[in-house]
Amino acid sequence: MSKIHVTTTVNGDEVEFLADPRESLLDCLRDHLGLTGSKEGCGTGDCGACSVTLDGTLVCSCLVLGVEAEGRRVATIEGMAEGNALHPLQRKFLEHAALQCGFCTPGILVAAKALLEKNPDPTETEVRYWLAGNLCRCTGYDKIIRAVLDAAAEMRQEAA
Amino acid sequence: MNYHTPSTFEDAARLAGAAGGVTRFLAGGTDVLVQMRAGMVLPDDLIDLKKIPGVHDIARTADGGWRIGIAVPGAALGANAALVADWPGVVEGMELVGSTQVQGRATLAGNLCNGSPAADSVPGLIAAGATAEITGPGGTRSAPVEEIPAGPGKTTLAPGELISAILLPPRGKAGGDAYLRFIPRTEMDIAVAGCAVNLRLEGDTIAEARVALGAVAPRIALAPGCAAAIIGTTLDEAALAALDAAAQAACSPIDDKRGTVAFRTEVAGVLARRAAAIAYSRAKGE
Repeated sequence: MSKIHVTTTVNGDEVEFLADPRESLLDCLRDHLGLTGSKEGCGTGDCGACSVTLDGTLVCSCLVLGVEAEGRRVATIEGMAEGNALHPLQRKFLEHAALQCGFCTPGILVAAKALLEKNPDPTETEVRYWLAGNLCRCTGYDKIIRAVLDAAAEMRQEAA
Repeated sequence: MNYHTPSTFEDAARLAGAAGGVTRFLAGGTDVLVQMRAGMVLPDDLIDLKKIPGVHDIARTADGGWRIGIAVPGAALGANAALVADWPGVVEGMELVGSTQVQGRATLAGNLCNGSPAADSVPGLIAAGATAEITGPGGTRSAPVEEIPAGPGKTTLAPGELISAILLPPRGKAGGDAYLRFIPRTEMDIAVAGCAVNLRLEGDTIAEARVALGAVAPRIALAPGCAAAIIGTTLDEAALAALDAAAQAACSPIDDKRGTVAFRTEVAGVLARRAAAIAYSRAKGE
């Protein structure tokens, strides 16, 4: 099985790795690039724990082949905080205790960030539908939704 | 597994035609990667179509219709205001497929070729009179979308053939379409029954109609009896009752934990009524 050389951009940095063409982007991020923030929950696109953006579009990295990332831009949870400064969503998740075990949290944060970039003032219903592909078995979702709405409110004030 | 990135559909068809083992085409990957992961399908040759020029484009055709590239994901359909204005029923069907993440990848052509009797984007395409442009080892041909499904997991495409574009006809004046499905939840589920209605009015009277039913038979198919029930009417209660009865008569569903035969049949009639009402009001510009 010959491996394929892939050059891509992850969180703004050009990276390269050798991928078996059967490997998912999630496998490549975790096993070849050491970016273990994106999690594998189901591996079949149901749980959203592996959420990343690919050229700005929210996707499940388990449903993308690593070789498909050639020449694209990938953004993961590792690119969300700026140094030690947490993203407002990350801060609000802590304030609202919007996580328990934390396994789903990176995917939900990446998905929520993609929502707020597209829609800075979502309704509760819009947040719930947007995040319907991110499963959390601990929190019951309510704290997550409140944290996202609170972060959105804060980010709108900052932008104003 | 060999991973190919052809730059033309002809090359893709040639690769598939020459391959001896298991071949899969890769567009959005939301079905193929799941099948690979589950070990259901282990391709010897995986042919990624996303490097072919034009596959990411939504373009107006010369006749006023639409040509949709085979790698255009659901999210991009929904973001195209002119397409949504012309064919809201087609777009809303595709937008029901999966989560936000899946919408970033999943395609009309993939949903069609996966061959699921419950594929949410297919009834809308069939009702709209969409055609599939098919490239194969022998050249390019076109087929109405309703001729593609061949039963659960199967299509009528010959070995080496692949869909190279989805074409929607010109919307024209006083037309409207709609798709509705029933699922036990409010999101992230597979249709138990679905119905798409596309119609054109002359005044208040329905001059033309096409109705397609999903998840209530081995193949998603046109229901000519449903169209006949509403053509020539103003979609009054008598027409809706006839449409309901025709939809139920067209059903031959499976009986499973998600819906009994009786339930799926009854719901198909209700969805036909409601989708027709939405399509009618859209055609009126309401």
